[in-house]
Amino acid sequence: MYTIEYANQAIGNLPIAFVCIMRVLMYGWEFPPHNSGGLGTACFGLVKNLVEQGVDVRFVLPRKYPTQECGAKIIYADESNPLNGEQAEGFASGYINEERLRFLKGEYPELQYGPSLYDEVLRYAALSPLVALQNQPDVIHAHDWLCYPAGIAAKRVTGAPLVIHVHATEIDRTGRYDESNPIVQIERRGMYEADRILVVSEYTKNIIVNNYGVDPDKVDVVYNGVEQKSETVIEPHEERFDDYRLQAADWKVVLFVGRLTLQKGPDYFLEAAKRVLEHRPKTLFVMTGSGDMERQIIDRAAYLGIGDKVLFTGFKRGKELGRLYKSADLFVMPSVSEPYGIVPLEALMNGTPVLLSKQSGVSEVIQNALKADFWDINSMSNQIISCLEHGSLRQTLSEEGGREARMQVWSKVAARCIIVYKKLVKTLSRAS
Amino acid sequence: MSDICFYFQVHQPRRIKRYQYFDIGNDHEYFNSDAENDTNNARIARKVADKSYLPANAVLLENLRHHPDFKASFSISGIALEQFEEYTPEVIESFQRLVDTGRVEILSETYYHSLTFLQSPREFKEQVRMHADKVRKLFGVKPYVFRNTELIYRNDIAELVADMGYIGMLAEGADHLLGWRKPTFVYHAKDNPTLKLLLKHYKLSDDIAFRFSNKDWEEWPLTTDKFSHWVNAHNGDGNVINLFMDYETFGEHQWEDTGIFHFLRALPHEVMKHPDNGFVTPTEAFSKYKSVGEIDAPHYVSWADMERDLSAWLSNPIQHDALRAFFELENDVKRSDDESVLRDWRRLSTSDHFYYMCTKWFNDGDVHKYFSPYESPYEAFIAYMNVLNDLRLRTHAAPRSTKRTVWEAISQKTRGVLEAIKS
Repeated sequence: MYTIEYANQAIGNLPIAFVCIMRVLMYGWEFPPHNSGGLGTACFGLVKNLVEQGVDVRFVLPRKYPTQECGAKIIYADESNPLNGEQAEGFASGYINEERLRFLKGEYPELQYGPSLYDEVLRYAALSPLVALQNQPDVIHAHDWLCYPAGIAAKRVTGAPLVIHVHATEIDRTGRYDESNPIVQIERRGMYEADRILVVSEYTKNIIVNNYGVDPDKVDVVYNGVEQKSETVIEPHEERFDDYRLQAADWKVVLFVGRLTLQKGPDYFLEAAKRVLEHRPKTLFVMTGSGDMERQIIDRAAYLGIGDKVLFTGFKRGKELGRLYKSADLFVMPSVSEPYGIVPLEALMNGTPVLLSKQSGVSEVIQNALKADFWDINSMSNQIISCLEHGSLRQTLSEEGGREARMQVWSKVAARCIIVYKKLVKTLSRAS
Repeated sequence: MSDICFYFQVHQPRRIKRYQYFDIGNDHEYFNSDAENDTNNARIARKVADKSYLPANAVLLENLRHHPDFKASFSISGIALEQFEEYTPEVIESFQRLVDTGRVEILSETYYHSLTFLQSPREFKEQVRMHADKVRKLFGVKPYVFRNTELIYRNDIAELVADMGYIGMLAEGADHLLGWRKPTFVYHAKDNPTLKLLLKHYKLSDDIAFRFSNKDWEEWPLTTDKFSHWVNAHNGDGNVINLFMDYETFGEHQWEDTGIFHFLRALPHEVMKHPDNGFVTPTEAFSKYKSVGEIDAPHYVSWADMERDLSAWLSNPIQHDALRAFFELENDVKRSDDESVLRDWRRLSTSDHFYYMCTKWFNDGDVHKYFSPYESPYEAFIAYMNVLNDLRLRTHAAPRSTKRTVWEAISQKTRGVLEAIKS
C-alpha cells in the first residue's frame, strides 16, 4: 500500500535509500480562506505541517470552491457546480441552522442542495467511496461529525484504518446529551467505527468517554496549535496611540470574544461584570461577537443597570479584532463547555492576560492564566478586580502566558498525528 | 577523621485561605481556613505530625538512646512551634524529649521564617529575638548558631548575625561559593574570622532528601551500607560532612514505604562501624575545628532549586510587587500600636507566601516539582494582596499614637469631674 520513492542520498555508502511516504486521505468540511469557524483553520494548520513533515496528504472537500495553498492536493467530492467564496462560507458552517440553509437554497436554487444539512452530510458520504478508491490511502482521517459518514464509507471500500478527529461534540453545542438527536447518533457511530480517536483536550476526552461510551484506550489527546503569524496579532509598529486612550484615563477594559450563544457563557460574563462594577466603576466590558442570545444579553445588561458600561461591537475579525485584544486589560472566556478554545491564545499573542473557564480544553495548555468555573461569579469577579488593580499581575500573566501560547505550534500537532498514523499501519518494513 | 553534622529544618507557614476581594474590610481572619484543602493549617499540621514529625522523632530518640555518640540539630521556626502548640502539642513534647538528651542542638532563625533581611534589618533582628525567646521558653536552651531562612546567605547577612552575638551560621555549599574548595571543612565569613560557617554537602544531603526513592537513579536503592562507604571515603579529606535537609524528608517527601525510617534508624550503627567516624552538632564543630578559609558571598545563595539563589521567592513581577507592598506597610503597622495587626503583618512575612507565587516551574513544564496549596501562583498572589489591603485598612482604623481624641487630651482631673457629672 506504500508508495515507494527512491531518493539519492549523498551521505554514506548506500546510494539509494527507501523513503516510504504515508498517504493520508483527510476528509474536511471547510478550508480557508472561505471558512466559517475554527475547524477550517485547524485543518489548514494540520495539513500544512503534515505535508512539511513528509506525509502525502490528500484533503477532501464536499464541494468545489477556491482554497488557500497548503502544499497538499485538494480533492473535491463533487466537482460539478463550483461555489464562489461567499457561497462557500455559507455552505461551510457546521453550525448552520435549518433556517439559514433554507434561505441559502432559495438564494442559490442551482446548487442542488439536499433537503437538509444531514442530507448534505450523507451526500458527501455517498461520493466518498469513489474518492477513496481513486486515492488508495494508508490512513483515513475525518474531522467532526460532518465528515464521519464519509470517513466510514471510505474505510468500508479500502479497508484502511479510520482516524476521527473530535473538535467539538453536540454536547458542547447544545449543553446536553440527547440520544434521539441525529447528530449525536452520527457522532456515536463515528466513534464506534473509528480505529483511533483524536480529541483536542482531556476535557473532550472525558466527555466522549463518559457520554458516548468510548473506550479511553482508543483516544489520543492532540491539542490544537495556533498560527504564529496571524492577522489578529497587532505588531508593535501597528500600534496606535488611540488604543491606549482609555488606559491613560485610568479606565480598564475587560473583553469577551465569541458567539453570543449558550455555549460561550455570555450571560455569566454579564453577571461578573455587574459584581465588578459594584466595586470598580471605572471599568468597561466589551462584548465582541454575534449570535442567538444577542437581544437577551443587551436586555439583561440594561436590566442590571450596567448598560452604559457594557459595549457591543458585533462580529469582528482581522486587524479590528486584534485592536480590541490590544486595548483590553483582561480577556475573559467564560465558556460553559469549550472543547479547546483558540481565542484566548489570540489574546495572549497580543499580550493580553486571560481568565479561562475551567470547563475548557485550552485551560489544560495554558498554566499561566486566571481560572474559574464558569458558574462561579464570585471567584471570576474576584480575579477580574485583582487583575485590574495589580499591574504586576497583568504583566506576569501576559509574559508567561504569552510564552506558553507561542509554544503551541502546529508542527508539534502534526508530529503527534504521525505517531498515531504509524501505530495504525504497524511496521514500515512491510512496504519493502 | 570525619564527623557527620545532621541539621533538620522544621517549618510550617500559616497559609492564607482563599481570601477574596469582597472579604476586604469584612473578614480579618486570614489563616483560619476550615476547608478540605491544603490551606487548612490545622489539617496540615495534623497530617505532617502523624506522617513525619512524630515517627521521625521516635526514631531519633531511639538512636540517641542506643548510640551515645549520635547527635543532631534542628531549627524549628516560631510560626511552626506556635501551630504545634495550638494543633498538635504532642509534637512539642517529642522535640523536648530530644533536646533533653543534651545531644540535640536547636538553632536560631527568624520567628516567621521570613524574608525580612531583604529590606528591614530592624524587623529581622526583632524576629530573631522573638524566636530565641520562644526556644528558651519551650526548650530551656539558648541558641548560639544561626540558620537563615532556606539557608539564604550573603556577606551582609553574616554581618548582621555576627552583630547579634552568634558564633556561626549555616549556608549552602554551592559550587560558585566554594570554587575548588570542599564543603567538608569549617570556614568563616568575609572579613570576620569569628563568625564561622558550615556549608551543606549538597550531594550527600540530596541523596537522602531527593533521590532516596528515585528508582531511575543508578544508586537506587540507597542502603546505609552504601551511604556509609561514601561517608568513609571522605576520611582524610575533610572534618565534617554537613547533611542539611527538610525534616519533612522523613515520612512526607519520602514516604514511610520507601524505607526512609529504616534508613534513619540503621545509619548511626553503620557509620560508627568505622572507628574514625562520629557525629557533631554545629556548635561542637565550630569549637572542635579551625576555619580553613574565608567565604565571600557578594550575591545571595540559598538551598533552593538548581539556581540556588533567591529566584524561587523573588523573580517575577508579582513576587516583587507583593514584597514591595508588604514592606510598605511596616511603618503604618508599627505605628498602629495594635498587637493583632502587627502579628498578622508578621505572619505575612513568611517566605512561603512568595514561594507560592513562583512561575519558574510552570515554564519548565515540570509541574510535579511545584508544591503549593493554591491552584496557581496567581491565586496565591491575589489572596495575599487582598489580605494586605485588609491589613492596611486595619492600620488606618487605629491611628491612636498619631492623633489623640478630645477625651484623651483633657487632663485627668477634668475627666474625673466630667465622669462625676455624667453619673
